[in-house]
Amino acid sequence: MSYLYYPGCSLESSAKSYDLSTRWVFQSLGEELVELEDWNCCGATMYMSTKETISLVFSARNLALAERMGGDVVAPCSSCYTILNKTNKILKENFILKAKVNQSLKRDGLSYHLKVKARHPLDVLVNDVGIDAIASRARHSLEGLNIAQYYGCQIVRPEGVFDDPENPTTMDKLFEALGGKNVYFPVKVRCCGGMLMTTFHEVALKLNKEILECAVENGADCIVTTCPLCQINLDAYQKKISKKFKVKVRIPVLFFTQLLALSMGSTPKEAGLDQNLVPVGEKILGGRL
Amino acid sequence: MAVDVLKEPGILDKKESELRAAFLYQVSNIPGGEKIKKCIQCGTCTGSCPVSYTMDVMPREIIALFRAGAMESILNSRTIWICASCYACTVRCPMGIKVTDILYALKRMAMEKELFPKRFPIFVLSKSFVYLINRYGRSYEAGLLLLYYLKTNPLKLFSLLPLAYRLFRKGRIAPFPARIKKRKELSAILAEAEVMEMIVPEGVYPAAPQKGHVLGLAKVS
Ligand code: SF4
Ligand code: SF4
Repeated sequence: MSYLYYPGCSLESSAKSYDLSTRWVFQSLGEELVELEDWNCCGATMYMSTKETISLVFSARNLALAERMGGDVVAPCSSCYTILNKTNKILKENFILKAKVNQSLKRDGLSYHLKVKARHPLDVLVNDVGIDAIASRARHSLEGLNIAQYYGCQIVRPEGVFDDPENPTTMDKLFEALGGKNVYFPVKVRCCGGMLMTTFHEVALKLNKEILECAVENGADCIVTTCPLCQINLDAYQKKISKKFKVKVRIPVLFFTQLLALSMGSTPKEAGLDQNLVPVGEKILGGRL
Repeated sequence: MAVDVLKEPGILDKKESELRAAFLYQVSNIPGGEKIKKCIQCGTCTGSCPVSYTMDVMPREIIALFRAGAMESILNSRTIWICASCYACTVRCPMGIKVTDILYALKRMAMEKELFPKRFPIFVLSKSFVYLINRYGRSYEAGLLLLYYLKTNPLKLFSLLPLAYRLFRKGRIAPFPARIKKRKELSAILAEAEVMEMIVPEGVYPAAPQKGHVLGLAKVS
């Protein structure tokens, strides 16, 4: 079965490594990812806060394109993933908005009939491909690696489609099967602040400090995440946070697909590790430079 | 916090009842939105919110103020802009109230009525974002931040240079905006959506609360 791949805007720039590693992982598992033809921005949280119908039209255009190509959408960015799911939900329950959206889409000969599901690659990998199948292809054990599994908000909330909104464990199980050790990490679904990093910088710094500190205190060698915004927030401001709050945090933050790719035998470059700001050290690479 | 609580319970001035009607319409569009009636003021939302410590009106109080008929003080609050949309409140609310979506609805209303300080960060960010994606069909991070800081605090751009440089060297800043192919068609779709946005189906606006009907919660759906 092939999946329609919806990279989303950030995977084209600030989170290219997420794009690279996701494609790599799917390809090595023999799962086909077909990029959704001429996809557009999902509208993100920002459009949602401006205009209702238009924001729905934006995300529904992608779903309509997917419906025409026939297949479910795979969206690695947690924000895109939530927006697409939310659009489905609203259009399903509100026939007036659905009619408005379809009336707009008609201008380009498109229409949407709620036939497309939006899924996250973590969900697809664990629940379609299966942990056993992945573990059987792993080339390097993650033994000795202490991992803080950070899910953030929007992959499990508000709906918790494939995992628990308060205590998700999908990623924990995946990396445990690959030999890694999950550290105690009670902030796994705490918010990183998202766009607050731009608008209310100080507030976001504090949120990130708490997450980073928790990982370091519990002896993690790295943080693994599923969202481009979480990754950049946690990765890019560690120096600033250390200075401001007089703490010592320096810990690599990887997309879960990056660590997965590594354990499945990719080179660091194929996993996009050269794009991480806090360098990924020897312990993670396991002598595979 | 300047809350203009009703002098005479149950009587709403015209502006208030207009805001209220607009809000109730927005709420009626949220799947499960009508549950707002059931808030028991337990404060779980506030307690779950990672940023409530910097809010002026707590998430719980938003609903209390709505009941008290003080829409304007809600729309003027800092709260609706601080919300990071993390949905912690929504998943924990024992009554199933869609707190996050309600805050989104409030943001949209405040945006539309421009009820916030000039050059207010989130307003500028959202406007810049909307400008870019309407034009290209895709978001362009570097362009977005550039527009944003030019409009809010151009001097801040200098302090961002080191980070921008680091990101650029790592190949994490795209030098040019990505675009979709069917930009013209997208514009046509959006033009139509703009019209659709303005159509409010008849009968959906619930009646404004009447005298002696303090909570005004009877007709949400
Ligand atoms: S958690 Fe729900 S019921 Fe409790 S105060 Fe908040 S909105 Fe009301
Ligand atoms: S969605 Fe907003 S109000 Fe609710 S907990 Fe998160 S930040 Fe707080």
